[in-house]
Amino acid sequence: MATHELDRRSFVAVCLAGTAGLALGFPLGEGNQALAAEAAFRPNAILAIGSDGAITATVPYAEMGQGAMTSIAMLVAEELEVAPGMVKTVLAPGENKLYAHPVLAEQITGGSASLRGSWAPIRKAAASARIMMIEAAARQWGVKAGDCTLADGRVVHAASKRSASFGDLALAASKMPVPADPPIKTGGFKVIGTSAPRVDAAAKVDGSALFGLDVRLPGMVYAAVQASPVIGGKLAGVDPKPALAVGGVTQVVTLPNAVAVVGRHTGAARKGLAAIQPQWEGGLSSLSTADLVSKADAALAQKGATAYTKGDVAKAFAGAASTFEADYRMPMLAHAAMEPLNCTVEVRNGACEIWVGSQVPGRARIDVAKALGLGEDQVKVNSYLIGGGFGRRLQSEWIVQAALIARDVKAPVKVVWSREEDTRQDAYRYHNHSRVKVALDAQGNPVAFDHRVVAPAIMQWFLPSLLWKDGVDLDATNAASGPYEFPNLLVDYVRNDPPEGLLVGNWRGVGETRNGFVVETVMDQLAARAGVDPVAYRRRLLPPNSRIMTLLDRLARESGWGSPLPAGTARGIAIQSGFGSHMGLVAQVRMDAGKVRVERMTAVIDCGIAVNPNVVRQQIEGGLLFGLTATLYSNITIKDGRVVQSNFHDNPVVRMVNTPKIDVVIIDSKEDPGGVGEPGTAIVAPAIVNAVFAATGKPLHELPLPPSMVERV
Amino acid sequence: MKLKVNGKVHEIDSEPDTPLLWVLRDIIGLTGTKFGCGVALCGACTVHVGGEPRRSCILPVSMVGDADVLTIEAVGGTPVGKAVQDAWLKVEVVQCGYCQAGQIMQAAALLTANPAPDDGAIDRAMSGNICRCGTYPRIRAAIHAAAKQGAV
Ligand code: FES
Ligand code: FES
Repeated sequence: MATHELDRRSFVAVCLAGTAGLALGFPLGEGNQALAAEAAFRPNAILAIGSDGAITATVPYAEMGQGAMTSIAMLVAEELEVAPGMVKTVLAPGENKLYAHPVLAEQITGGSASLRGSWAPIRKAAASARIMMIEAAARQWGVKAGDCTLADGRVVHAASKRSASFGDLALAASKMPVPADPPIKTGGFKVIGTSAPRVDAAAKVDGSALFGLDVRLPGMVYAAVQASPVIGGKLAGVDPKPALAVGGVTQVVTLPNAVAVVGRHTGAARKGLAAIQPQWEGGLSSLSTADLVSKADAALAQKGATAYTKGDVAKAFAGAASTFEADYRMPMLAHAAMEPLNCTVEVRNGACEIWVGSQVPGRARIDVAKALGLGEDQVKVNSYLIGGGFGRRLQSEWIVQAALIARDVKAPVKVVWSREEDTRQDAYRYHNHSRVKVALDAQGNPVAFDHRVVAPAIMQWFLPSLLWKDGVDLDATNAASGPYEFPNLLVDYVRNDPPEGLLVGNWRGVGETRNGFVVETVMDQLAARAGVDPVAYRRRLLPPNSRIMTLLDRLARESGWGSPLPAGTARGIAIQSGFGSHMGLVAQVRMDAGKVRVERMTAVIDCGIAVNPNVVRQQIEGGLLFGLTATLYSNITIKDGRVVQSNFHDNPVVRMVNTPKIDVVIIDSKEDPGGVGEPGTAIVAPAIVNAVFAATGKPLHELPLPPSMVERV
Repeated sequence: MKLKVNGKVHEIDSEPDTPLLWVLRDIIGLTGTKFGCGVALCGACTVHVGGEPRRSCILPVSMVGDADVLTIEAVGGTPVGKAVQDAWLKVEVVQCGYCQAGQIMQAAALLTANPAPDDGAIDRAMSGNICRCGTYPRIRAAIHAAAKQGAV
């Protein structure tokens, strides 16, 4: 049964398999050349140990707040028996092969998969180093390797009271045989499971942390850019004179669909851009959101490709005591990360060097090489911290744009998008619609669940080898029946792509975010029909003794589910299994003169071993607030072919004043780690909508909440 | 024109209407102050001018005059700034970190004006600063922690 559920599980299993990942992702003996030159001992692409004893781990992932640098430092520290603070981390350059994610098979930071990808391979990389250093020491001392241990950055032979520092052993260790499959710790962790301080925190509070925006190069210039505001439009012409008249402006560069103003500093470039009036032509100049919504609605009536099926749904409906049916609509969303897109590029002597924060630096390298007609070897991508990715930087068209601008500029140029550009030229989360039909027995229990998913075919081009199968987008249909066991089940998928020219992509929470909202709000409506409490109703449908059942019970306890509430307030619940984790949320809302005020969120997560509980909590808190913004406000619309929203005044986000009280409970577990970056985002909308349903008796089938119910801050 | 930043006087060659943000970042090279919106909606660019929190993205450099500009790179040199940064580390506030320079500058200004703010005062002072990583609960906690430390 090639269902997506199975695929998802094997995804996690392969991810954690380790050995294959090590060989595939981190070829032993190869490495970053620059680092290799400095390091006395570089057992693989991940680790380097200098003769001064410095341990440097190359982080193959982007650091965008999710704590990749910290968790990798911790995994290395665990195997080398040092404090995580002793492991220096550097971000890997764009190198698709060398730094490929073991499962995603490319250098991709997404799908909450960083830690799952590194869990075994990174520890094995460190274990290789450990074994080689011990071997080197043992040979020097003429003792058995098995009698040596590591402590405080030294190899120790207790019986003869001898010890040598990692630094002193580095050179000798580099000549030892590389172990094929080094054993790693299976328990008794000293670092894993602790809330070790984030290794990136200090630089982020004193202003010294370097994001892409902070790159500085000798002689560099700065560019402000505007692409066609009409989706898919082209530049018809522009008079550069008003821009060139602005002090500090040095050049105007035109691309087929954009214009860039270059200056001595970003302020001059921005002022120059504001001074010109480019003319645009073509594109989807009559497109509106209403068109896109009706197209997605029409797709609801089409029969889709079967994503997964079980039993006989038609028969179950024929014999049903009653049926339930609802259509769901989710809007277009922007990512609105705090760091607007920016990219620094120098094109010189047939080579191109890029300084950028990217979730796909290896792909960016390939894409730029293609666009500039260069070989991949002529393109170098240096990685920087990312001020929030959320999926936007999984695409690289903006990096290509910067490279094309740089080709016309005789200096390194930093291209910085305005917030308006960042909002209007996003790779949006596209319209997602769903139709759910449920056949119920006389007690109101589902006997068949039929979910039609209408969504764009993102995985067909983003990750076809893993997540596109038989005409089905395995991400869009992921968890489309929730964690529940339905006797009869059908999930089908109707592909609904955006019109040519409208860029769409991945958005934090991906498929879970769309399907969690649908399935979990259906659950509460079914429970209400059956006259059963939502927690009790869910318990009937979950596999007994499962992690998700345990989680549901824990969530009910932690949230005080069922205990009396002040007048005007209500609770809503949602649960989900995804990203290798299980998660539940109870949202408490107050209805105040028809307005929804979210007062409290109680989250429980089972993410297996929480490698760093503090980072897990951060990711859940942040994920919840990211989802809260989308639930309350987010709705990117198009009028006359242009994106209407532009900045935080018309694409508002949650601020401190409307941040509810948040409690996060982590379930103690010995299972392998699951993802934590996205579950929090995916679970918010259904919990809030269910709370509003509990308070008002009115089920909502669209996101965001109706503007009449939301107070703007 | 002359500009005094973090106690040092710089000779600046720029148009008078250039926003202070770009003078700090691109001309002087102090990149800790961030750009988020350009129109005073997000607080990422917050610095102190004459001791007051200001959005440097909309403040023409010529308006600074001879007032002292203080940025994230030097706020740790003040007792309040130091207390805030310490609290930020203790509470583990940062995620991506991009908004945090602005948050810290805003918080330091709040605590200078009001050494013991309650939640309402914190919300009012801090709600102009956006964090898309959702660090608000921890920022609130860190401001309380810094206030309690009494260094302010
Ligand atoms: S960049 Fe100045 S307030 Fe947003
Ligand atoms: S920490 Fe990422 S925007 Fe605030």
